[in-house]
Amino acid sequence: MFNRLTWSAVAFALTLSLTSGVDLARAQGTIKIAYTDPLSGPFAQVGDQNLQQFKYIIDWINARGGALGRKFELVAFDNKSQPSDALLALKSATDQNMPIIMQCSGSNIAAALIEAVDKHNERNPDNRIVYINCGAVATELTNEKCSYWHFRMDAHVGMKAETMVRALPKDVTKVYLLNQDYLFGQSVQRDVKAFLAKLRPDVKVVGDELIPLGKVKDFSPYTTKIKASGAQAVLTGNWGPDMTLLIKAGMDSGLDVRYYTMYAHLGGGATAIGPGGNGKVRSIMAFHENIAVETGKTDTEGWTKQFRSTHNFDFYAAGFRTIFEFIQAAMNKAKSSDPAKFAQALEGLTITDMLGHQVTMRKDDHQILSEYFVGVFTKGVKYDSEGTGLGWKTEVTVPAKDLDQPNTCKMKRPA
Amino acid sequence: MEVLLVSLLNGLVYGMLLFMLASGLTLIFSMMGVLNFAHASVYMLGAYFAYDISRHVGFWPALVLAPVLCGAVGALIEMYGLRRVHRNGHIAELLFTFGLAFIIDKAVQMAWGLLPVAYRVPAVLDRPLFTIYGTNFHAYRGFMLLISALMFCAIWLMLTRTRLGLVIQAALTHPEMVGALGHNVPRVFTTVFAGGSALAGLAGVIGGNYLVTEPSMAFTMGPIVFVVVVFGGLGSLAGCFIASLIMGFVQTFAVVFDVSLANVLALVGIKVTEASWFGEVLTIPLPRIGALLPYVMLVLILLFKPRGLMGTRDT
Repeated sequence: MFNRLTWSAVAFALTLSLTSGVDLARAQGTIKIAYTDPLSGPFAQVGDQNLQQFKYIIDWINARGGALGRKFELVAFDNKSQPSDALLALKSATDQNMPIIMQCSGSNIAAALIEAVDKHNERNPDNRIVYINCGAVATELTNEKCSYWHFRMDAHVGMKAETMVRALPKDVTKVYLLNQDYLFGQSVQRDVKAFLAKLRPDVKVVGDELIPLGKVKDFSPYTTKIKASGAQAVLTGNWGPDMTLLIKAGMDSGLDVRYYTMYAHLGGGATAIGPGGNGKVRSIMAFHENIAVETGKTDTEGWTKQFRSTHNFDFYAAGFRTIFEFIQAAMNKAKSSDPAKFAQALEGLTITDMLGHQVTMRKDDHQILSEYFVGVFTKGVKYDSEGTGLGWKTEVTVPAKDLDQPNTCKMKRPA
Repeated sequence: MEVLLVSLLNGLVYGMLLFMLASGLTLIFSMMGVLNFAHASVYMLGAYFAYDISRHVGFWPALVLAPVLCGAVGALIEMYGLRRVHRNGHIAELLFTFGLAFIIDKAVQMAWGLLPVAYRVPAVLDRPLFTIYGTNFHAYRGFMLLISALMFCAIWLMLTRTRLGLVIQAALTHPEMVGALGHNVPRVFTTVFAGGSALAGLAGVIGGNYLVTEPSMAFTMGPIVFVVVVFGGLGSLAGCFIASLIMGFVQTFAVVFDVSLANVLALVGIKVTEASWFGEVLTIPLPRIGALLPYVMLVLILLFKPRGLMGTRDT
């Protein structure tokens, strides 16, 4: 009896101290941001690298005052690439009154989050949450599925496809499309073809292929087909082994084509492709470390250099820093960390990113507009990638205004 | 013709890579009756060991040392794990290796990180061996063919022409009798498991730099190897060899032949478009589903010839 009494007393005291702690945190503590991505399982490296870059960025932005005089704090939730786990993360985030949830990987998860955030905000007007999308790129997320509470801070597939097509040099007239057979790969396939027809009618698609996601181990048969088709360039949205194995097989067989990819610059890509990829591989990207060198932005160069000295992969997520600069600016402008208020401030906001370009959060569909780059993987750059001796060099810069594609969003704004 | 010849070579190389991986598994499976789920994980271990060793002393020592290390890991697993679990039957063994696969995968992630590692083909083999219709045949692929052919011969001779091979085969069917004749049966099993693991390790050394050495390589290679072993038939090295080559050719040619069921129907005068009944399914081109064909074949062979191509006994 005594025992049970003591325990309940302890439990009561504990609850009391915990709840008062939470109240305190809400009033003057950190601004907590939930972040959910795969942190375990086959795609764990994606979440892990994002997390390391986020931490680096948050330390920097906190050193510059955070927002409203408060510091940012990232709370990570593993979603194992499952929408259901992402929704659990959302539940924890709203239970703890966090103003923002971020998610980068997987458009199916993003679609589930958009819907759940919409519902939650409608039912709980005093405890709303904003969803910052840092990399789920399906075009429809800011078109048919667009939501007031969803802000996409990465170029969508249509914009990336347009960048890819714009980057094709004049002498390339035969291209081979090879994509993964799922939602993302299919939309890359569709959009690249649409922009080829619109911007480069002289280019002929000599091959158009979908491969099962992550199932192909030996890409030499594809190499044979690409060679037989006479293509000068391979355009692909493939990521992970589906991309690196394709490029490696091509290099081994001496296939002489240019590869236009969307994700070769992410962590691990340079290591897997290796020095043989010199001058052959291009990637569509928001940032690489040598842009700062090329454009003489010494402060940005120093910033990535410091990241390089403490991590074993390149800093590629300039967009993540833009996210926090956007949040900082919006909260300071709204003078509040209340989602209802800073979401309004974020709409249509324009800031200057770390490369000195103007970046806008488009008001009508909450899609970010920023410049995009096409880099080539080559020798002789100042900063190489992952110790390979090769790094990225800018070949084409597409200004934000060229990527200002129309949208079909009919946004429902809260009354 | 050009495409056909190059594809034949491609299929051969891929088939032999599969064989390297599957031979160890079929050895363990047919000798001990253990469907070793951790086999592909040992293959991955082999690749990572080879990466670490080749960084310090070069590729050639790694070619020997990494399989030896994997063999040692296999021996430890058998002596301290499987042997105890064995008393509780095959299901327990299967579940044991299933759990082990996850543990090894996680350990690899913790030891070497989540990113791919820079495990490269040695410089002397990193060049074209010959050129066929303008397509290079990489020297390393030739080396892979050589190693896997040697492997096939060595296992074959060992099992059929040596005393050890005879004891192993006898211990399978009549363990008590072999024991009564003075042979240490548990040690025979340890030897088999270690040998199978060493073969997986060797496949890892060879495959790790041909493909990419990264933590999901076991996960992606595992299923196809099971297909090869079951398709080839239990207890048959030759069956495993033939099944590997078939899988290699099937996957290669499925990519090259751009046909769909609709094309086949068109030959007999039935026109199918995407709008007609089942049009979506019938017009899917073969390359899009090529990677699934081995699994279709697995299902079919289990239905119609449960012992596999050349199997000598039931599963």
